Parts: sequence; structure tokens; C-alpha cells
Amino acid sequence: MVQGRSYSNLIAHIALWFGIGIVAFPVYLTLVASTHEASAIANGNMPLWFGDNFLINYYKTLFVGSSKSTRTLVSTMMLNSLVMALTIAIGKIAISIISAYAVVYFRFPFRMGFFWLIFVTLMLPVEVRIFPTYKIVADLGLLDSYAGLTIPLIASATATLLFRQFFLTIPDELVEASKIDGAGPLRFFWDTVVPLSRTNMAALFVILFIYGWNQYLWPLLITTSGDMQTIVIGIKKMITITDALTEWDVVMTTTMLAMIPPVAVVILMQHWFVKGLVDTEK
Amino acid sequence: MEKRAIYSHKLLPYLLLLPQMIVVIVFFYFPASQAVYQSFLLEDAFGLHSEFVWFENFQHVLSDPDYWLSFVVTAIFSVSVAGLSLSLALFFAVMADGQIRGANAYKTLMIWPYAVAPAVAGVLWLFMFQPSLGILAQIIRDRFGVDWNPLLNSTHAMLLVIMASTWKQISYNFLFFLAGLQSIPRSVIEAAAIDGASATRRFWTIIFPLLSPTAFFLLVVNVTYVFFDTFGIIDTMTGGGPSQATSTLVYKVYNDGRAGSNLGGSAAQSVILMIIVVGLTAIQFKYVERKVHY
Repeated sequence: MVQGRSYSNLIAHIALWFGIGIVAFPVYLTLVASTHEASAIANGNMPLWFGDNFLINYYKTLFVGSSKSTRTLVSTMMLNSLVMALTIAIGKIAISIISAYAVVYFRFPFRMGFFWLIFVTLMLPVEVRIFPTYKIVADLGLLDSYAGLTIPLIASATATLLFRQFFLTIPDELVEASKIDGAGPLRFFWDTVVPLSRTNMAALFVILFIYGWNQYLWPLLITTSGDMQTIVIGIKKMITITDALTEWDVVMTTTMLAMIPPVAVVILMQHWFVKGLVDTEK
Repeated sequence: MEKRAIYSHKLLPYLLLLPQMIVVIVFFYFPASQAVYQSFLLEDAFGLHSEFVWFENFQHVLSDPDYWLSFVVTAIFSVSVAGLSLSLALFFAVMADGQIRGANAYKTLMIWPYAVAPAVAGVLWLFMFQPSLGILAQIIRDRFGVDWNPLLNSTHAMLLVIMASTWKQISYNFLFFLAGLQSIPRSVIEAAAIDGASATRRFWTIIFPLLSPTAFFLLVVNVTYVFFDTFGIIDTMTGGGPSQATSTLVYKVYNDGRAGSNLGGSAAQSVILMIIVVGLTAIQFKYVERKVHY
């Protein structure tokens, strides 16, 4: 055994609590701020303990507009974020799994060419082609629509790569058996490949849901009407950096609401999250 | 590795590939090629007439002091965030790796910031350091007598975005360092302990070298993160300012293109970014290949 256990364990516990403190403190302050009224925050002497406005703040932010400006209800923004995150996650998984199936289980001209076309998109993140992509979406009339928010982000080289790697480990005997039973490729896909891929799908889903929910640059460009705003963009639009008019109680409440869904997904599906993170980065 | 049992079907594979191919061509390759094409064009102010100018846009961009400033900003930003978040994460991972009670609970409590959107992380930290109402901003001003103002002071603004970006990235690095540490065989470490190596010596001579592939992989991922994913942090906290002090390469492409006056210049910047991404990805895959040969 390595010596000095109990003493070094104590140091480890203290160090980790220190780390958790650093990690949690900004969120704690935000949570506290979301229970105070605007004036208590704005004067710069916010109490470090919770106030009485918890229900009022969350109710007002979610379901009632603001008095100072007409702004979209945060519940609408959350719905938009949810639609965007789910469409991106499910869409990426769906189109990647069928692409990978085609590349692994069929032989056809330019098979690897197609694979490389998908693979190289890894090197074209949206940031390097922002304005031309925006122009295409505008030309297609997809601005301010769920289709415009999601479809341009729905291709996925990492998911395709991951499914391809996984399919290569499925024993050939399964395909042969399925062929002997007289089942065609689509039948084999539904009855064998999809059920076997459930673990990978769950892991990918967690990562891609977070990716979709947290999108910033793309929805910022694509949405102009308030009704299509996602919650992350909504927060940005509420903050007027140099202006004293920012309603910090609403901003802090919205910030909490923007964090809750993805953080809950990570904590509740921690096992899948860790697997997804490690798999997609391989 | 290839499959032995395969299907021979003329049309089906193309149909299966079709959805992804449409997205990839319409929203990836076509816009990327447009960016490359535009980077060789010079348009007049009204966008009515354009002229093929070869590398003139690139010459303009590369001789623009603002562009070099954003290179410097990106370099300072990347080195600080990668350095800070890697070393902090490594420290906490080493602490969590010992067989202490509640190791799993600690892990959960450390990794959740991964799920926080960069833009939201920016708001969290802005709230603490906002000059007029931020609690920590007040402490800095009252206790340390520093005239803290990230809205006007370049150094303060840079510190602010570095802190928020580091905070956001610690959880990711922690998870990978912890996984790396746990894959080191206990027996090796215990053998060294029996030989009388101190904990510090064990760390630097055994654990750290065995962890270096993880560290290198994380370094590349972190640099990519700082380049691209911090856009939301910068946009919510400083908007690239004051006077471009936090305007990274990616932020500058966005800002210059949004102003819309210089399409060719913005496109040339995009092309330079593409080259950087290709380089980063190549390094990443070269490393992965080496790991496979191990």
C-alpha cells in the first residue's frame, strides 16, 4: 500500500471541496439572485442568501411578459430550445446511422468517396463558413424557422464514424443468419442493427442534446423574430451591457432555466454521458 | 476491416446516404466553396460588381494590424485557458483518483459544468464581475483598491473571458484526466512506493509520463475549444471589446462579416481559419494513429 493514507486523504477531500466550490459558486450566486427582486440585485449589495421572490420571479419570467419592454416569454424560448435540441440530436443520430449502415454493409461505386465527404466536414465547423451558410438558408426561405435552425447542423461526421466503428464489430454470422432466414437489408437493419446500437444511441443522444441546446452563433444569426428565439439567445438579448436597464432578476432566472435541462441530462444520464464523451472524441 | 457478408443492392445504399449527402453538400461544401471563391473577389460597395483579384484580399488581411492583434489575442487567450484549465483539472483529478470515500459523488459534482452553454457561462461570470453590481467586482475595488472595469480596461476584459472559459473547460479535462489516471495500473505505482519513491516523485516520474498522451490529446481539444466554442462567452461578456482586446480570430470573422462592408476580407479570414482547423485536426488524428500503434 501507498503510505500516509489518512493524512493525504484529508488533503484530497479538502482540495476537492475547494474545486467544487469554484465550480459551483457562480451558479450559487445566480440561483440566489433569481430569488431576489431587481432592486436588491441592482444596488450591488445582493444578500448571499435566498430571498422571497423565488416563485414570483420564475412565474413572471416564464409566463408573464416584462413591464419595461415587450419580450418573448421564456417558456416559449425553452420550447424552441427543446425542439431544436431534440431535432438536432435525433436527426443526427438518424441520418448518421443509415449512412454508416450503407457504407459498412453495401458495396457500391464511390463508397469510400461518400465516407470521406462526410468525414471532411469535421474540418468545416460553422464558424468558418458563417456568412455563406447564412445566405443559403436565407435564399431557401428558412430564416426564423425550425428547419433553418436545425437542418444545417444535422450532418454529423463524428456520429457516422462512431456507428461505422461499431458496425464493424458486429459479427458477420448475424448477417449470414439473417440472410438464411430470408430477411433483406432493411429487415436486418431494423431487427438486429438498431437494437444492438441502443447503447451507442443513448450515449450520442446525451452529447448531441447538450450540443443542440447550447447552440449560440447559429440561432443568433438565423432568428430575428422573438417567437423563434432559443433561451441561450434570449439571455444575450436581455443584457444591455452598458445600460442600467438590464432586469437582472429576469436575466438570472432565465440563466437558471437555461442551465437546468442540459445539466439534468448530464447528471441523470451520467453513465451515458461519460461513454458518449469518450466515444465521440476517440 | 471489411465485412464478408454484404448486401448487393443497386439503389438502396445511395438512398440511405442521400439525406446526409444533401445536408453536407448544401450546407457544408457549397458555403465553404463560396467562402473560398469570395476570398479571391473584390466587390464594390454596393455588391453590384466584383472583380477577381487573386490574393489581394489575403494581402490586405495579413497586412492589417487589427488582424495581427486578433492573432495575438487568440494566442494569449488559448495559452492561458488551456494552461489554467489543464493544470487545475489535473490537480483535481489526481486528488479524486486516490481511493477516497465518495469518489463518485465528487466526480458528478465536478463534471456538470460541461452542460452549461458557453454563452450562459459568460453571463454567470459577468454577473460576478460586472463593475456596478458584481459582488466580486466590489470586493476587488474595496479591498484591493483596483479600479476594476472590464468594460473599459483591456487587461480586465481579457482576465474575465479567460476565467469564464477556464471554468467551463475544467470539467471536460477533469473527466479525461481521471479516466487516464484510472487506467494506470496500481501495481506500478505501488512498486515505486515500495522502492521508497515519495508521492511527488511517483507523480513526476511515473504518473505524469503515463498520462502525457491524454494531456496531449486534451491540449489539442482545448485549443480547438478556445478557438471556436468560446464565441458565446466573448459575445455575452465583452462583445470583443474594449477596442478589440478580446476579439479572437473567430470573433473577428463574425464581426467584420456582419458589418458587411468587406465581404472578400471576411471570406479571406474564413479561409485562413479553415487552414488552421485542418492543421489542428491533422495533429489530432496523427496522435490518435500513434495511440493505436502503441
